Amino acid sequence: MINTVYKLTYPMCVETFCENLDYNTGDVLVKPRMLSICKADMRYYFGMRDPKVLKQRLPLALIHEAWGTVLHDKSGQFKTGDKVILLPNIPGAGDKYRENYRLDSLFRSSRADGFMQEMVCLPHSQVVGFDNIPRDTAAITELISVCTHAVNTFLERVTHQPERIGVWGDGALGYIICALLKYYIPKVHLTVIGISRPKLEMFEFANERLTVDEVTVDMHFDSTFECVGGQASGSAISQMIDTIMPEGFIMLMGVSEEPVPVNTRMVLEKGLTLVGRSRSGRVDFEETVRIMQENERLKQRMKVLISDIVEIKNINDIHKAFNEAKTVDFKLVMDWKL
Amino acid sequence: MVIGGIVAGGIGSRMGQNIKPKQFLDLAGKPVVVHTIEKFLASPEIDKVVVGVHKEWIHLMNDLVEKYFDGNDSIAIVAGGSNRNETIYNIINCAKEKFNAPADTIMVTHDAVRPFLSLRIIEDNVAAAREYGVCDTVISASDTIIQSENGEYITDVPIRKQMYQGQTPQSFSIELFEKVYGSMTEEELQIVTDACKMFFLRGYNVHLVEGEVNNFKITYPFDLKMAMTLMGDESK
Repeated sequence: MINTVYKLTYPMCVETFCENLDYNTGDVLVKPRMLSICKADMRYYFGMRDPKVLKQRLPLALIHEAWGTVLHDKSGQFKTGDKVILLPNIPGAGDKYRENYRLDSLFRSSRADGFMQEMVCLPHSQVVGFDNIPRDTAAITELISVCTHAVNTFLERVTHQPERIGVWGDGALGYIICALLKYYIPKVHLTVIGISRPKLEMFEFANERLTVDEVTVDMHFDSTFECVGGQASGSAISQMIDTIMPEGFIMLMGVSEEPVPVNTRMVLEKGLTLVGRSRSGRVDFEETVRIMQENERLKQRMKVLISDIVEIKNINDIHKAFNEAKTVDFKLVMDWKL
Repeated sequence: MVIGGIVAGGIGSRMGQNIKPKQFLDLAGKPVVVHTIEKFLASPEIDKVVVGVHKEWIHLMNDLVEKYFDGNDSIAIVAGGSNRNETIYNIINCAKEKFNAPADTIMVTHDAVRPFLSLRIIEDNVAAAREYGVCDTVISASDTIIQSENGEYITDVPIRKQMYQGQTPQSFSIELFEKVYGSMTEEELQIVTDACKMFFLRGYNVHLVEGEVNNFKITYPFDLKMAMTLMGDESK
């Protein structure tokens, strides 16, 4: 059937494309309902990616954080109207590596079209049903699932019982990491380090809230999470290496366009472990949906992240939403009426 | 109940040399009307679909339902009438007979030759028909509209921002349509072929639903070319 896809053709230029959508047995036909704008989408939209990358990947439908309602499922697993989280990862072949890190996996709104579409047709493996999560918060499930993935990786690999953890970054990523660390390790002493005092005020549940200039070398963390990204992640990593205890664990999560310097001498001297995590797999989505459905406190904490909801009824509304996304503290969600 | 009433009664007289009516012409590997029915079936708002086809083409429509929809029993086919309103009337009778459609059934009537209809327009139509009783899908006029009563001279140039171009769907309840259609004189029925005009003439407030430029009607060869281009020329 004819499907309308909203693609970025050039920076700040979105056009409609009509495409033939094949709906086969085994697939779920879904109408995207709420879409959340990610920093990665904004880098494409505002032309902040390498021009060569833009030339190669555009036209491209943006957005990889979304949920929708089922229109049809011939298998009968889902009923019409059921709510499902849309998974952006299109797994590559083999099972040697996790699906989210296989080199031949495709990620929506990067190497494959994202969810700015009238309808999407997905295999059952790329949707996770949910209920009892507010419709706006459900839109950021993908981002939460990345953090679930990171925190669980940390818990699997860390060799010492975590007691003092430092989280660098006062944005949505840092907030979610803090909320999840408090969920999984309630007794941990959590320090969040950021640049904006008003944003840090939102981290009510952290034990300590500091601005970067308040960090001193006599502070000691046994593990740290980097949720900064961009060029500033260099100085954040530097502070982490200075304040972390020997054999500590540093989780890197912020995306940077340019290479970031790392003081490898001190990494070696302290015997540190640096691990990168940025993409989640199906198991992380399932876990995220489970904890979000079950834990009222976590649900309330995540709701704080929805800075604004913009109704999208035409392409001008898409432009408005992307421009507004630059100004909000945390996340902007699009109520997708197209 | 909500029923999609697809008006496919045309015989293709404006399409030039094509033998088949335009709703049966190929677009990206499928007949135009198949794309339209697919969109109605995809909509969670729609329970059943009734297609009104010129009686000479019922056999072809039956074949298409068999081929593309595996004989889906949510689709019924009925012979169209001599004009649009009569076709809608036949569609309603068919819906009552085949699907036991009650009087308060919302009928979303749509041109078969507007295959780029969106789910959003269907959703807005159903909501507006429920809230206001009757609605019409329109887009703001982009060209200045010129009125000429004799075809030679301008008799009026209406203010453009008050002008809209009518699209479809047009939606209303079965009982409302029957009431208004039944009140029309023979003479009026000959002149008034648009369902919403009937409602307007009988004093109803016809609510406007925002249409889309893509939801254009395939009438002329140019339109079909435009449709093919939108689909990436897949049907060349």
